[in-house]
Amino acid sequence: MMTDPSEPILIEAGKHRHSLDLRELRSYGDLTRFLIWRGVKVRYAQSALGVGWAIMEPLAQVLIYTLIFGYVIGVRVATEQPYFLFVFAGLVPWTFFSNALTQATESLSQNANLLSKVYFPRIILPISNVGTRLVDFTIAFVILIALLLAYGVVPSLNILWLPLLILILMVAGLGVGLGLAALAIQYRDVNYAVGFMVQLLKFAVPIVYPITLVPEEWRLLYAINPMVGVVEGFRAALFADSPMPWDYIAIGAVSATVLFAIGLSYFVRREHLFADVG
Amino acid sequence: MGDVAVSVENLGKAYRIGQEAERSDTFVGALAGSLSKPFKKFRSLSRLNTFGSDTDGADILWALKDLSFTIKEGEVVGFVGRNGAGKSTLLKLLSRITPPTQGRIRIQRRVSSLLEVGTGFHPELTGRENIYMNGTVLGMSHAEIKRKFDEITAFSGVERFLDTPVKRYSSGMKVRLGFSVAAHLEPEILIIDEVLAVGDAEFQRRCLGKMQDVAGGGRTVLFVSHNMGAVQNLCSRVISLRDGRMVEDGDPRTVVRNYLAAFTQAGSDAFTRENEHRQTKGPIHLTFGRCLDGNGSPVESMVSGEEARFEFGFVNKGPPASFRVRLIIRDSDGIELFALHSGIAGASLDFGGEGVVRAIVPKLPLLPGSYNVAVAVITMSHDLSDAMPNALAFSVDGSTFFPGGQTPPRRHGRVLVEHHWEAQSAMTGPATNGP
Repeated sequence: MMTDPSEPILIEAGKHRHSLDLRELRSYGDLTRFLIWRGVKVRYAQSALGVGWAIMEPLAQVLIYTLIFGYVIGVRVATEQPYFLFVFAGLVPWTFFSNALTQATESLSQNANLLSKVYFPRIILPISNVGTRLVDFTIAFVILIALLLAYGVVPSLNILWLPLLILILMVAGLGVGLGLAALAIQYRDVNYAVGFMVQLLKFAVPIVYPITLVPEEWRLLYAINPMVGVVEGFRAALFADSPMPWDYIAIGAVSATVLFAIGLSYFVRREHLFADVG
Repeated sequence: MGDVAVSVENLGKAYRIGQEAERSDTFVGALAGSLSKPFKKFRSLSRLNTFGSDTDGADILWALKDLSFTIKEGEVVGFVGRNGAGKSTLLKLLSRITPPTQGRIRIQRRVSSLLEVGTGFHPELTGRENIYMNGTVLGMSHAEIKRKFDEITAFSGVERFLDTPVKRYSSGMKVRLGFSVAAHLEPEILIIDEVLAVGDAEFQRRCLGKMQDVAGGGRTVLFVSHNMGAVQNLCSRVISLRDGRMVEDGDPRTVVRNYLAAFTQAGSDAFTRENEHRQTKGPIHLTFGRCLDGNGSPVESMVSGEEARFEFGFVNKGPPASFRVRLIIRDSDGIELFALHSGIAGASLDFGGEGVVRAIVPKLPLLPGSYNVAVAVITMSHDLSDAMPNALAFSVDGSTFFPGGQTPPRRHGRVLVEHHWEAQSAMTGPATNGP
């Protein structure tokens, strides 16, 4: 791997970085872009439906949840929108979060071969795996907007807050993913655990049920999960029938930042060992 | 030229190797063992990279130890050593893939390492896409690859398949594509692991040529290979490693000769299972090998111009079948001099049960010196059944090849060829000499 020609490289036993080298990371921009592109390309290679799967997957989930929770169990939501739109608006950010988390976690063990053959800032792998999922998120988001418009829902100006929510989403997903990836390269158990943890976690977020089902005194605690603020924020921004839940968003933003800081610092401290333990 | 490009001080790298698992004989013991196994496993996983003070524990392997050297700009340095000598570990340390356990490395220039051909290739991507992917992984910028794209594809010779997914490529095509990308890297220091071991002979030659261009261009090259010919052709200096330590550092001829001498001393036990260079894959196993003279007596030294026989014992564990046997005779520089190939010579050899197979050279065409023989048994479908690069060693002392017993000097050629002379003068007509 090529390095900055101007500076000599000093490699010394027992000495390694403790913080992210942003300048170096930037010089690997091309590699990050190519890995994202490779991820997208490979995911849909040799499938007839191709990117169509990015549409099918969330739609099928919405259909199942609507049947089970909307009709069989009969969950009541306070909004004026049909239940399936309520679920869809929660499912779009959640799906991105859960995919980002699992993909970031797997990123190192998936690319163990690259780790043992070339040098590059290892953080590129989780970043590009999360980036790959951004494509699916965008597609699902466009469908969501189309459905909203089809049902005559016109979002309010609050929709301008969406980029902030997406940022919290990415920070939380990448942060947790970084920490778990650094663990998973050494203990593959983490890969398996994350798969079903994410399934469980889905019900700790108000996706299929409204937040009003959670007792009022518990809600702020509940919002420590950054996805609570994001999902509720998404709905407020899109449906325009409730104010932005700033309390939940603020709590979520803080906890996302803390998670990110922990994940990143663990990752960077372990980075030099990945090739040996992988 | 002259400035230090790479300096290595006291370099060491330790790995923790797995210890043998405990076995229990009773059911209760096995049950208790399986309950505590996850904890033990966790402990061993978490200790994979921790050494602390116990750097001499039973399960610690020093892949590299106390290594120091400096490499000047423009030097082409080859690293030789057997498998496990620490060559690849050294390259990984120099490439920053893994951190040293001891010591330090200082690298002064832009470095690029090539530890594998086609790193980052994805079978689902097309040839074109993989050129970009592989190039980026190796550190080229998008613009740089774009600029060199035509050159890369021309060198690879797979232009026609650029838009085919690489999974449909033959392994040879993949190697060509991968090496073509790598050959167009332009770092100031290039680190190359055994990448020439792959690909067909013709392509290997072109790669060597390309590498010579790189070396001739004043670039610093660090290079690991088992191909002693390539090492001698390319390198201006060779470092020989054994068990993680440096054995010798010096001019290529001397170091390679000493390395090979140490190598063939081990040749007597070439036929054991422990021979790490042996590849046993098929039903035929070779059991011993020896050199015989024209009377059929075993010898270690032969005479040039006399009959020489190479005999190998075999056991066929499968049904009786035809096989091909190939011997390659190398000199002490590791240069291939000639091959004895039963298939090409038109011989049909049937192997059943146990027996011996013999290659007979009526008039040995070798200069005095020491040689070794690589042997391979190949099935009719071209699969390797048994092969070892260091099967036999022998020396040639004395010559009856030419009537006077003399042989030309080595620098004029490494093998002897039977021939005769004639001179024709206008005055006296033809005069001949020889048979």
